[in-house]
Amino acid sequence: MKAGPQSAFATFGAEAEYLARLTWWMVGGAVVIAAVVAAMFVVAIRSPEGAIGDRGGRRLLMIAGGLVPTIVLFALLVTTLPAMRPIRAEAGDLRVRVTGEQFWWRVRYQPAGAAAVETANEVRVPVGRTTVFDLAAGDVLHSFWIPGLAGKVDMVPGRTNRLVVRATRAGRFRGQCAEFCGLSHALMAFDVVAMEPAAFDAWLAARRAPPAVVADAGMRAFDAHGCAACHRVAGTRFAGQIGPDLSHLAARATLGAGIRPMTRANLIRFTRAAPDVKPGARMPAYDDMTDADAVAIARWLETLK
Amino acid sequence: MSLHAQDDPQLRAAQEERLRATWKPPQGLFLRWTDTNNNRVGVWYTLTAFGFMLFAGVLALIMRTQLAVPDNDLVSANGFNQLFTLHGSMMMFLFAVPMFEAVSIILLPQLLGARDLPFPRLSAFGYWSFLIGGVFVSGSIFFNAAPDGGWFMYPPFTTRTDLSGLGADIWMLGLSFIEVSSVAAAVELIVGVLKCRPPGMRLNLMPLYAWYILVVAVMILFAFPPLIAGDILFELERLLGWSFFDPAKGGDPILWQHLFWIFGHPEVYIVFLPSIALFAMIVPTFARRHLLGYPWIVLAAVGTAFLSFGLWVHHMFTTGLPKISLAFFSAASEAVAIPTGIQIFAFIATLWAGRVVWSVPLLYAVGSIAIFVIGGLTGVMVAIAPFDWQAHDTYFVVAHLHYVLIGGTLIPLFGGLYYYWPLITGKKLSDRIGRTAFWFLFAGANLTFFPMHFSGLMGMPRRVFTYPSELGVDGFNLASTIGAYVFAAGVLLVCIDLALSPRRAKAERNPWAAGTLEWLAHPDDEDWGIRSVPLIESRYPIWDQKDFVRKVDEGRFFLPDAEEGRRETIVTTVLDARPLQVLRLGGPSWKPMATAVALGSVFILTTYHLYWWSLVGAVATLAMVLWWLWSGTAEIPEKDEKPIGHGMTLPLYLSGPSASGWWAMFITMMADATAFSGLVFGYFFFWTRHEDFPPSGVGMDGPGAFWPMVALGVSLASWAATVAAREVHARGGVSAARALLAAGALLSLAAVGAGLAGPWTTGLEPKLHVYPAIVWTLAIWTSAHSGVGAICQLYALARSLAGRTTPRHDADVRNITVYHHFLAITAIVTYLTIGLFPGLA
Repeated sequence: MKAGPQSAFATFGAEAEYLARLTWWMVGGAVVIAAVVAAMFVVAIRSPEGAIGDRGGRRLLMIAGGLVPTIVLFALLVTTLPAMRPIRAEAGDLRVRVTGEQFWWRVRYQPAGAAAVETANEVRVPVGRTTVFDLAAGDVLHSFWIPGLAGKVDMVPGRTNRLVVRATRAGRFRGQCAEFCGLSHALMAFDVVAMEPAAFDAWLAARRAPPAVVADAGMRAFDAHGCAACHRVAGTRFAGQIGPDLSHLAARATLGAGIRPMTRANLIRFTRAAPDVKPGARMPAYDDMTDADAVAIARWLETLK
Repeated sequence: MSLHAQDDPQLRAAQEERLRATWKPPQGLFLRWTDTNNNRVGVWYTLTAFGFMLFAGVLALIMRTQLAVPDNDLVSANGFNQLFTLHGSMMMFLFAVPMFEAVSIILLPQLLGARDLPFPRLSAFGYWSFLIGGVFVSGSIFFNAAPDGGWFMYPPFTTRTDLSGLGADIWMLGLSFIEVSSVAAAVELIVGVLKCRPPGMRLNLMPLYAWYILVVAVMILFAFPPLIAGDILFELERLLGWSFFDPAKGGDPILWQHLFWIFGHPEVYIVFLPSIALFAMIVPTFARRHLLGYPWIVLAAVGTAFLSFGLWVHHMFTTGLPKISLAFFSAASEAVAIPTGIQIFAFIATLWAGRVVWSVPLLYAVGSIAIFVIGGLTGVMVAIAPFDWQAHDTYFVVAHLHYVLIGGTLIPLFGGLYYYWPLITGKKLSDRIGRTAFWFLFAGANLTFFPMHFSGLMGMPRRVFTYPSELGVDGFNLASTIGAYVFAAGVLLVCIDLALSPRRAKAERNPWAAGTLEWLAHPDDEDWGIRSVPLIESRYPIWDQKDFVRKVDEGRFFLPDAEEGRRETIVTTVLDARPLQVLRLGGPSWKPMATAVALGSVFILTTYHLYWWSLVGAVATLAMVLWWLWSGTAEIPEKDEKPIGHGMTLPLYLSGPSASGWWAMFITMMADATAFSGLVFGYFFFWTRHEDFPPSGVGMDGPGAFWPMVALGVSLASWAATVAAREVHARGGVSAARALLAAGALLSLAAVGAGLAGPWTTGLEPKLHVYPAIVWTLAIWTSAHSGVGAICQLYALARSLAGRTTPRHDADVRNITVYHHFLAITAIVTYLTIGLFPGLA
C-alpha cells in the first residue's frame, strides 16, 4: 500500500497530519471494540444455559451496552472538539479564491497589498504560512479537497465558504472534486504544489508578469478558431472568461484539470476533441480543425510559460 | 354460546367451513389480483421488492466491473451516473423500505392474532402504487433516461433542465408516488399495531417485532413528508421555473439538502430497525428463553427514533456550517450509538443466559451483527466532524454505509427469510445451502467493502466512473470487484434455495419451537389467519400459556365463527387491549388497483408534461377514492352487536377516537402536517438567508394582510361549522347538521378563493424570486386543502342524505372533523405567516 499524491496519509498540512493521527487512533479503538464484541458473542453462544441470570444479563446490557459506550463516545467527542475550530487567519494572510466550474477550477491569488493573480487548475501554497481559501461555485455544487493538506469544503452556488490551511512540507500533490457535479465529476482534479515561502513569493511575482508571447501561426489559429471567446492569455488581447485562464499554461504539469500530462499530443487531442476527453465539458469539439492548425496551436500554447 | 360449545367437532367443522368460504380468495385470471388479504398482498409485495433488490444488485455489479481496473471504459460516464443513481434510489425506495412494509403486512396480523390488517384494501392500494411507480422508475434505465443526479438529487445540478434531463423528473415524480404508498402502508401498520391487538395483549406484552413496526412506521410518517415537501418545491422549480434553489433568484441549494436529510437520516434507521426486530424474534427462539431486557430494548428503539431526527446535519458537515452546529450534530450522532449498543448487548445477554440451539437463522443474525458492528464503529468515526471532512464523499463512506446496510438490512433479511419461510410456505429452506450462502455473503461483503476504507482515505471520491492509477488504489478496487461477485454468488445460492422450495415436502408446524403467536400458523395454511383470536397473558404464549395452541385451534377463544359470512377482526383499546368492536373488513376489490393506476397516471403524465391528461388522471383519482370510500367504508351493519364467545358481545360499529378509521385519519393528517411544516420551514429558512425578506419591487410586494386575513376568517368559520355539525348531529339535529355542512362547504370554497386572492391581486411573480414563489406555494397548499375540505363536507352531507350516516352511525362526520382540525391549523399558520410576518420582518 503505497500512498499516492492524493492520500490522506501522505500529509503535508497541519490539519491533515492531525486527522491522520486521529484516524489511526480511532481505527485502533474500533478494532479493539469489534474484537471484544465478537468475543462476547462467541462466549455467549458457547456458555451453558443460565451462565448468567436475568439480573446479570440486565447488568451486562446496561454496562457494556449503555455505560461504556457513553464514556468512550464522550471522551472521543471532547478530545476532538478543539479540531472543529479552524486555524486562525490574520488580515495579512494570503487569500486564494477558488471557484469550482464544470469541470475545472478558477484560481485567483490575492496577497495582501499586491495585485491579484488569475490562473486555473493548479493551486500553490507557501510552506509554514497561513493560507485562506475562499471557495465558491460557478454553476453547480463542487467540493474542494486536498487530502494531504486538510479536509474538504463544499463549493456552493450563492455562498462563499472558507478553508484555512497551513502547509508543513514542500512537494507536489493532487486534489480532486469530491461532490458529484455531473458527467466529468471523476475528471475534475488539480495539481497542488507546496513551496518554500521564498520560492512561492518568486513564483507569484513571476506569474504577475505576462508570459513572453510569440505572435506566430499558432496564435493566429487560436484567434481564428475563436478560442479567445472563452480563454484569457495575459499579454494578448485574448480575454475570455468562460474557460480556464491559459496565461501560463505550459508551466503547469497537467492538462484538463489534472487528468492528462502536459504533452503536445494531449494538447492537440484536447484542443480538437475536448468532449471526448471530458464528457460534458462546455468546450466544443473542433472536428474541422486541420492538423496543421492543431499542431500550431499546441506549439504556441507550449510557449506560454 | 356456552363454554363447552366448542367441544362439538361438528360445530367446529361448520365454523371452519363458514370461515373458509368467507376468506376464500377470488379465483380467475384477473380476479385473483383483486385480492386484498394480507397473506396474498404481503407475498406479492415481498416478491416485488425482492425483484427490485436483485435488479439494483445487478446495477452494482456492472459498476464494480467498470471500477475493477483504472481508466476503464466499459461504461460511459453518463451510463455510470445512471447506474449509481438508480442503484441507491432503488435499494432505498424500492427495496429497503417497501421490504419492511411488505414483510410487516405478512407478519403483523399473525403476530397479533388478528385475521387481517384493519384496512386490507389500503395495503392493496399501496402495493399496486409501489409496483407501478417502481417499474416506471427502474425501467427508465432501458431507455437511457434513468435519473443521473445521485440518489440525493442535489440541486442546482438536478434542477437545471440544461444539465439533467427527464431522469430528474422520473426520480422526483416516480418516487413521490412511491413515497405516498409508503406513507399509506405506514398508516395501515400503525393502526394495526395500536388497534388490532388480541384481547389482553397490553402494550408491554406486545411482541418486539410489533414494537419495531410501530416505531418504524411512525418514523416513516414523519420522515417521508419533508421529502415530499422538497419534491414539490423541486418540481415547481423544474417544471414551472419557480425559484427555490437558484441563488440568482434568492434561492439556496442548501435548503434541499436540509429537507432531503431530514428524511434521509431517519431513513437509515427506518431500514435498520426492522432487522433488529427480526433479531428480537430469532434470538429468543434459539436461546430458548424470553428476550432479556424487554423494556430497555423498547426504550432503545424509541430513543433511536427520536435521535435519528436530530442528526441529519452530519450529512452536511462539509457545507460550511457554523462550528456550533458541527459540535451539536457530532454529539447527537455519537449519542445514537448508545441505544444501538443496548440493543446489541440485549442479544448477547439473552444468548448468554439461554441454552443456544445453533441454526441457520441464528448464524445469519450473529454474522450480520458482526458486519453491522464494523459499520457502526466507522459511523462513530464519521460522526466526528473533522474526520468526516476527510472521509465525506469518499469510498470510506461507501464502505461505512454498506457495512451498515448489508449488516443491518440485507443479511438480516436473508436470515429472516430462512426463519419465516416455514411460516409463509409451510416448508423449510435447506440448512446446507443456507450455510454455504451465508459464508459467500459474509466473505463477499467483507472483501468488497473492507478495502474501500483504504481506497477512500487514499483519495478516491465517491461517484466517480473511473480513477487514475496514480492514486495507488488499483489493488483495493480489484479486490472490491472480486468481492462483489462472491457476494452475488451468495445471493444466487439463496435464490436457488428459494426456487427449490416448491419441490420440497411440508415441514412440521412451528419447526423452530418458537414461543410467539405467529407460529400458530399451520403448514396447510388457511386464509382466515387464526382460528380464534386468543386471550394473551404472556409475551411468549405458545411457551407459557397452558394448552394454548389446542385452544386456539379448537376455536375456544374469541370470534371462532363467521356467521354472517363477513370478514371480521377484533378492535381493542390502544393501551391495554380491551375488546371494543368487531371490525368488518374490506374484501377483494378491484378499486384499490384502479385507484393506484389513476394516481400513477397523474405522476407519470406530469413527468412528460402532459398536464391536461394528468388533470384528467387527477379527477379520475378523486372519483375513484370517493367511490371506494362510499361503497366500502363506514357501512351501517345489519345489527348493532354480535357475540364473540365467552359471553362477550361487541358492537359492529364505532366512531370517534376509539375507531380504527378515526385513527387512520388522524395519523394521515399528522403526515400531511409534517409535509406542510417542511414548506413553512422553507419560508423561514429563506428569511434567515436574506437581509431583505420579503424583498420589495415589482412582482414581489404582497400578498398584503387583507386577503390572507379574509382567508383565515372564512377558514375558521368553515371549521366552526364542521365542529358544530358534528355536535348537533350527535344530538339528533340531522337537518341542522346538513345545513351546517353545506354552509361549511361554501365557506371552504370561499377560503380557496380568498387564499389565492392575496398573491394574485398583488401580482406576486413566482419566477422572479424565492419570496413570491414560497408565498404562492404556501397559499396553493392551503387553498388546495380547503378545496379538499369542501369535498369532505359535501361527502358527509351526501352520506347523510343517502342515509349512510345517522346520529348513531356518524363516523363520516367525525372523521372529516379531524381533517378540518388540521386544516384549521394549516390555515392559521399559513395566513398568519404570509399575511402578517412581512410586517413584523
